[in-house]
Amino acid sequence: MDVILLQLLNGLDKGGAYALIALGLTLIFGTLGVVNFAHGALFMLGAFCAVSFHEILNIEMVAIDPEKTTAWGTPLEIRTPYVETYLGDFGHWMLNYSVPVSILLAIPVMLLVGFVMERGLIKHFYNRPHADQILVTFGLAIVLQEIIKTVFGANPIPQTAPQTVRGAADIGAALGFDPGVIVYPYWRMVYLGFAAAVIGAVFAFLKFTTFGMVVRAGMADRDTVGLLGINIERRFTIVFAIAAVVAGLAGVMYTPILPPDYHMGMDFLVLSFVVVVVGGMGSLPGAVAAGFLLGILQSFASMNEVKAILPGIDQIIIYLVAVVILLVRPRGLLGRKGVMES
Amino acid sequence: MVLKNSSPTSDLIFFAVFAVAVLTMPVWLEPIGAGYPDLLQKFAIYGLFATGFNLLFGLTGYLSFGHAAFLGVGSYTAVWTFKLLGMNPIPAVIMAIITSGIFALLIGYVSLRRSGIYFSILTLAFAQMSYNLAYSVLTPITNGETGLRVLRSDPRLFDGAGEAQGPLLANLFGFEMTGYAGFYFCAVVLLIGFFIAQRIFRSPFGIMLRAVKTNQNRMTYTGLNPRPYTLAAFVISGMYAGLAGALLCITDPLAGAERMQWTASGEVVLMTILGGAGTLLGPILGAALIKYFENIFSAFNEQTLHEIFGFLPDFLEYPVVSVSSLFVGEGWHLTLGVLFMIIVIFLPGGLMEGVSRITRLFRRKPQKSEPSRATAPAE
Repeated sequence: MDVILLQLLNGLDKGGAYALIALGLTLIFGTLGVVNFAHGALFMLGAFCAVSFHEILNIEMVAIDPEKTTAWGTPLEIRTPYVETYLGDFGHWMLNYSVPVSILLAIPVMLLVGFVMERGLIKHFYNRPHADQILVTFGLAIVLQEIIKTVFGANPIPQTAPQTVRGAADIGAALGFDPGVIVYPYWRMVYLGFAAAVIGAVFAFLKFTTFGMVVRAGMADRDTVGLLGINIERRFTIVFAIAAVVAGLAGVMYTPILPPDYHMGMDFLVLSFVVVVVGGMGSLPGAVAAGFLLGILQSFASMNEVKAILPGIDQIIIYLVAVVILLVRPRGLLGRKGVMES
Repeated sequence: MVLKNSSPTSDLIFFAVFAVAVLTMPVWLEPIGAGYPDLLQKFAIYGLFATGFNLLFGLTGYLSFGHAAFLGVGSYTAVWTFKLLGMNPIPAVIMAIITSGIFALLIGYVSLRRSGIYFSILTLAFAQMSYNLAYSVLTPITNGETGLRVLRSDPRLFDGAGEAQGPLLANLFGFEMTGYAGFYFCAVVLLIGFFIAQRIFRSPFGIMLRAVKTNQNRMTYTGLNPRPYTLAAFVISGMYAGLAGALLCITDPLAGAERMQWTASGEVVLMTILGGAGTLLGPILGAALIKYFENIFSAFNEQTLHEIFGFLPDFLEYPVVSVSSLFVGEGWHLTLGVLFMIIVIFLPGGLMEGVSRITRLFRRKPQKSEPSRATAPAE
């Protein structure tokens, strides 16, 4: 029982990341009808927003203390980040909380990136075949990835979670199991809560605002909404930007869990596509459900007990599930009829 | 587009010209710095891979994102054949074709139940499964991360195992498959593959495959079941990929799992699109271009750039070099991505569309003055 609970928890945070990326992919697909292979790159860009924010904060002032010397006999250098010098405690707090605070940077940046991408490139691909859309966004993903590689280098850049949430919680003890059995890092809990909040916000936005209503109408029947005199294209541009922000935020918050490097986007993209297809193309609840489901399945499959029976199952479980679901339930878990079938 | 201007004679002439062009590649590619055997082998091998991929994607329109799996299976089979039977490339090639064909039959049978993006995801899923398994559980067969290679202690039934001397290279009746001998072997295999592809393009079977791409519903209504045709195309194209994988091991007897990764599948898609899907020559051109960029551009560094742009005045030279250095060396992928986007945006038919646009441009003017000019380009 405790092992199962532990794996459930382990699967949830990864599932959260899958769900967030898949949600954005589905939003874009459902509204614009575009298969966006650059969505993983957006996730990566978000992660690098956190990295650059951290690096900007860490621009240091170097002072040489003439009184003291280091063990090697050179004068001791005292390095203090400028934010700390100018802002004092608040600066220190900012440094500590650089990952969550960088959300404030990531939101405008990702909005801009999404907007430029949609207006500059995707717009011209509405009426082209899906293969062309896949290919051009794939090319874009390579370009974005290589730009990040030139700027930040090829090595992963670890980011730290804020001090207060750096440890791990002994959830097991709180639930009445033996202490030390179910230990779950606080940051993953934060990530899970964050993912749930973002997903909830997106759904609420689509469900309860007039804008969201128009977007949903546009997803159902784009032409009719256009005939009613609504500029659906502009709304869809905003939806694209929102999807970019969702992917970016997923990336920002994921940095303490996985040190970001330039190809992290591609790694997540493949899995997210599988998630989208399993959930059903164009179904938002499907994407979220499938994201968490596959995350949990993956962590269950990596249990030693399971691996002993089916060696290697942890490596292939997601794809295996995808194959089975596509063959048994061709439209995915919650897919609508007639999406992407021609 | 493909069906017009094709007569048996023009096909033969086209094939002959192509054969001469391929076999003389070492000569006419010398001036652009591609006239060395390692790169030429890659041109031939990836050209073959892309030709096979094109038989599926170009004709039927099914976009497989998992073709690298067959390349990997072909490679592993070839190395195992070396290990068990000896270093002669011919059994390796045959075994690789058979194994990858069986593999493609299994995957294709399942994947072809769905179409569109679902098909792409299914093939991708199978390829990723093979890749992950090759890396982890199948290590006894694939030797995991290290890669599978031929060892001196292997049984090698036909050519005397345990011989202490001599390098462990593929050996066709005394010719070691490295350098130009390796290239010519690959080139001959490419020509055979190209000839078969050309026959398929012209055959009733090829027309059926195009019918699948154009309108599957209508095909079903006329009483034809498209599934056997697409499955056959899938298997044939998987065999081409396996053959290419075997050739990779014949020129360099080492098989690694990274050959099956989805980026490798993406690469062959890029090659085919870049050259022009659905044309005979396009995929080979695309493959050669990408491999050329990979080898030549990635070898550039700032020094060579300074030499190239040395004619510019100094105040121009520095910015030009620093900008272009982003696109060469380590950053050649950036060039690839940009080039690729430009092609998809402006020339969706790939390079071959560009070529046919240009020829049309040139042909339109003289047609008014001399209407008798009837030499049609073969493609």
